[in-house]
Amino acid sequence: MSTEHPIQAETAPVESPSVPTRRTFIATTTAAGGAAVVGGLVAGPPALAAEEAATAAAPPGSSVSLTVNGVRRTVTVDNRTSLLDLLREHLDLTGSKKGCNAGACGACTVLVDGRRVNSCLTLAVRLEDAEVTTIEGLAKGDRLHPLQQAFIDQDAFQCGFCTPGQIVSGVGCIQEGHTGSPEEIREWMSGNLCRCGCYAKIERAVEQAVGRK
Amino acid sequence: MHPFTYARAADTREALDAGRRGGRYIAGGTTLVDLMRETVERPETLVDISALPLREITVTKSGGLRIGALVSMAEAAAHRGVRALYPVISQALELSASAQLRNMATIGGNIMQRTRCTYFRDVTADCNKREPGSGCAAREGFNRSHAILGTSDSCLATHPSDLAVALAALEATVHLLGPEGERTLAFADFLLKPGSTPNREQALRRGELVTAVEILAHPRPLKSGYLKVRDRQSYEFALTSAAVALHIRGGVIREAKIAAGGVGTVPWKLPAIEQALIGERPSDRLWAEAAGHAADGARPLTHNGFKAELLKRTVERQLSTVGGTI
Repeated sequence: MSTEHPIQAETAPVESPSVPTRRTFIATTTAAGGAAVVGGLVAGPPALAAEEAATAAAPPGSSVSLTVNGVRRTVTVDNRTSLLDLLREHLDLTGSKKGCNAGACGACTVLVDGRRVNSCLTLAVRLEDAEVTTIEGLAKGDRLHPLQQAFIDQDAFQCGFCTPGQIVSGVGCIQEGHTGSPEEIREWMSGNLCRCGCYAKIERAVEQAVGRK
Repeated sequence: MHPFTYARAADTREALDAGRRGGRYIAGGTTLVDLMRETVERPETLVDISALPLREITVTKSGGLRIGALVSMAEAAAHRGVRALYPVISQALELSASAQLRNMATIGGNIMQRTRCTYFRDVTADCNKREPGSGCAAREGFNRSHAILGTSDSCLATHPSDLAVALAALEATVHLLGPEGERTLAFADFLLKPGSTPNREQALRRGELVTAVEILAHPRPLKSGYLKVRDRQSYEFALTSAAVALHIRGGVIREAKIAAGGVGTVPWKLPAIEQALIGERPSDRLWAEAAGHAADGARPLTHNGFKAELLKRTVERQLSTVGGTI
């Protein structure tokens, strides 16, 4: 699923990762492959059309300053941009996943000011001075967050697509204190769907992280 | 999603000025952003009201409760006073949505939320609520989740809120603030049945804001609770639900406040059952007889006939759970 609304500009430069990630690797190879297939068949846009596009009224945007995983960011975004698209398409934080894009699956779960939310239903422009923590912000250097380690220990995923959302949601669930029993964990983790059906192991991973396993 | 301008209201005056000019208020945004992405909602201006001072929960000495419109569902559900005085409210909230959504969504937004009718959400389908005069695709469509009470030729959509069912049962009031000043509405007058204008869902005037919901003190002791019946155990809208509050003293029911959810175009108050219980002593037989009238007046559709019987059983179960038997 593509981003709906590209971000217009960022005033703070984003560092490019020195080591190619899976995502940059795929993006690079896709671009190269695309060029080879297209080669000469499609003409570039005429200069006039490009100028018209550039002068057409841009959709309304706003500037917003927020902290993401401890790093202050100031960005100007199309007002329609969700926090999820800001993270994934602009800040290169692709851990948070776009599943339903409608608040129904939980794959996009992040912490905003310490509370777990659906980033797909959060408009980025509303996050002035907010503190956002994503899956990328949980580990301390090479040391995984206890719940990340617990997901590995309990084998709590198969395909892994929902896992970042599950883990961030689990961190929220633990902070909220809703881990008193397996039943309570299941109820309070119900906002995160897992199509592989790893629910029993996800529940055990949360239990491990709170020290009961 | 259609483009929109965005403004943060620094205070109530700024919000109302923008609202009077046609700006659309946004609080938690969990319904509005979702519907904007589906282009069901196409506001030209969003007015962010999150900075407004509407985040207080107040408990009065006599046992009344006032919840500010910007209190999140999670905060209201966790509040000690709410849990102690009106478990029917905290239960309705905790049985709603997911933990993430409850952290975002507000009390004011919850009672403003729009229906989950799939035809309303599908911009290619006929829907009088979305496009007045276009028709109702649900009538001949898949209407298993739709309403059996309060429907009209124009619309069959249920009101999705659980909280609203509890507020309807407790006869809450809604505090409003608009360009022309403050006013208070009975909850029963706040949400509108569809009639021939299903696009009009609340009795709000242009630019009016919900500022709080209030429950006046009910006689004590008061036992209350919420039962929600759904296709899966969690994170799902109600097929049927029942909010029940009973004041029982000396072994006799002195006051009964009951409403049903998942079945009506608005939360469905059940005054006939309330009247049938007052002055009686709790018993299994009483609950069954009274609940037998829960679906009186129901007009089932092709796929939702089961809701009438399910509603009776839901109400009976919850009367028994709250009122017990002697």
